[in-house]
Amino acid sequence: MLYKGLTKIIILDSRFPYKKYMSANKKVLITGNEAMAEAALQAGCRFFAGYPITPQNELIAYMAKRMPKAGGVFIQAESEIAAVNMVFGASAAGFRAITTSSSPGISLKQEGISYMAGAQLPCVIINVMRAGPGLGNITPSQGDYFQATKGGGHGDYNLIVLAPSTVAEAFELTMLAFDLADKYRNPVMILTDAFLGQMAEPIEIKRQRPKNKNFKKDWALTGAKNRKPNVISSLFIKEGVLEEHNKKLQEKYKSVRKKEIRYKSLNLKEADIVFVSYGIVSRIAQEAANILKREGMNIGLFSPVTLWPFPYKQLKQLTADKKAVFVFELSSGQMVQDVEFALDRTLPVYFYGRMGGEVFSEKDIVKFVKKKLTYAGKS
Amino acid sequence: MPEKVNLEFKKPRSLRNVSTHYCPGCGHGIVHRLVTEIVDELEIREKTVAIAPVGCSVIAYDYWDFDVSEAAHGRALAVATAMKRCRPNLVVFTYQGDGDLASIGIAETLYAANRGENLTCIFINNACYGMTGGQMAPTTLIGQKTTTTPWGRDPAKGDGFPLKVSELIANLPGVCYVERVSVSNPQNVIKTKKAIKQAFLNQLEDKGFSLVEILSQCPVIWRMTPQEAVKWVESEMIKTFPLGRIK
Repeated sequence: MLYKGLTKIIILDSRFPYKKYMSANKKVLITGNEAMAEAALQAGCRFFAGYPITPQNELIAYMAKRMPKAGGVFIQAESEIAAVNMVFGASAAGFRAITTSSSPGISLKQEGISYMAGAQLPCVIINVMRAGPGLGNITPSQGDYFQATKGGGHGDYNLIVLAPSTVAEAFELTMLAFDLADKYRNPVMILTDAFLGQMAEPIEIKRQRPKNKNFKKDWALTGAKNRKPNVISSLFIKEGVLEEHNKKLQEKYKSVRKKEIRYKSLNLKEADIVFVSYGIVSRIAQEAANILKREGMNIGLFSPVTLWPFPYKQLKQLTADKKAVFVFELSSGQMVQDVEFALDRTLPVYFYGRMGGEVFSEKDIVKFVKKKLTYAGKS
Repeated sequence: MPEKVNLEFKKPRSLRNVSTHYCPGCGHGIVHRLVTEIVDELEIREKTVAIAPVGCSVIAYDYWDFDVSEAAHGRALAVATAMKRCRPNLVVFTYQGDGDLASIGIAETLYAANRGENLTCIFINNACYGMTGGQMAPTTLIGQKTTTTPWGRDPAKGDGFPLKVSELIANLPGVCYVERVSVSNPQNVIKTKKAIKQAFLNQLEDKGFSLVEILSQCPVIWRMTPQEAVKWVESEMIKTFPLGRIK
């Protein structure tokens, strides 16, 4: 019942001096930004570089305090570009490294992201999305879906993109992100928004050492002692070599698509109509589904956790016998394109979204759904 | 007893036995050799990590026999900062051209210097963008013709003045050592080697940020013979970029 959890058990690493910040075996109230920072530390991340931008400032402040105590490196960089390139350096040195920002800052980071994808360096990037384009404003948005899942930087590459919908999930997915990054030697992005970053939720803390996976990094730059020199590079000048490198990357992405797709679903068996949404919006959609259920409608919920790779097949299979699909986003309609691609015109797809940091309520969704269904019934 | 002088000429251990892609008369080959000689002399090959720039020396890792990372254009000192902070026992140096260090990467340069990062920065100044075919660089001299200043660099037309990065960063308290040298004649090459060595020693002694600016001839882009090019360094370049220790 993944849609349920306001509270979840978070496993704290007993090696950390967390007592000062959190007490074990009880609920704590923590913001999404702080939870992601703590999760990174517990995942063994020992390098942070970032630049101030709202709405992710709690994260950088938490890191400034905690990272040195964990024996890691914290740098407030001179720019978003420097920050992401510092992460490149830390990752090349074999360290688990993270940089975090919000939409305009993430645009600046695309250079480093493309280079890291090309040089196959693992890292985690958190985007606490705000509304755009341009400077936009600092309120919540999901307008960076295309940038995160369809490229962003130059060249043929993909990020693994994870979208949490609760503070507890933000914690868990951040920890997972480091494992996926190391496993596939690829940047992983946590795509969340100002809501989740700023919102505090109770999460349950349990004292137990998490299962940190140890990945061998024999490619890292540590000094060429008793081995041949290592080179970190995304440059392939000789004819044909770059294409071979690209093919290797594509093989990797294929394997990610095969093994790493994650999604949540609820009440899909009985439902005639399915709501598709991700992140914070899936919780608003769930509330709307509850209201409609009381009025006699049967709504199922589907929420991709990996936005890339997107669960195309799973969505199609799970909605095969349904009547319609509704997609809700805080954007002009970005993920809806992936939903339409998945369903391939087998079902009517209705989209409802808001932009510019404006948010719909569950009642807005109910109104929209009723209107569309009445219209569909008449035609 | 006089000190025994080793007169045997051989390739440094840290320099790979391959021919380079550099143009005839280019200064990179000399500086590559000097850097590797120093890495050998200080016996730090096994803990050295170099950050190669974007520019003519982008594939320096094909010539150096130690760990090397690329960096996006201008970002070498950001990459080096993280590398050194994560692994303080490594000896980390960047090798950057003028476009890389002084134009697109000027922020990274100023801030690494201002933080006093314990790094060694080898800065090659050839007064132009070499790899892209000779455009105006921040260090292009006034009046110097390039593909983007076809009538010569003219500050009155908005081309700006030659940027003196060494003088600029020497003012920063985090910077411990700045020297400008050239590889235009054997005497200057010896001075250059001494300066590079000092910059590495500073890092080994945790002294902070060291930068060695090396005026380097670029005959092909300057449309000169190698002989004319070294003369131009000595007669023209040093007027704008005087040699010597700045800090």
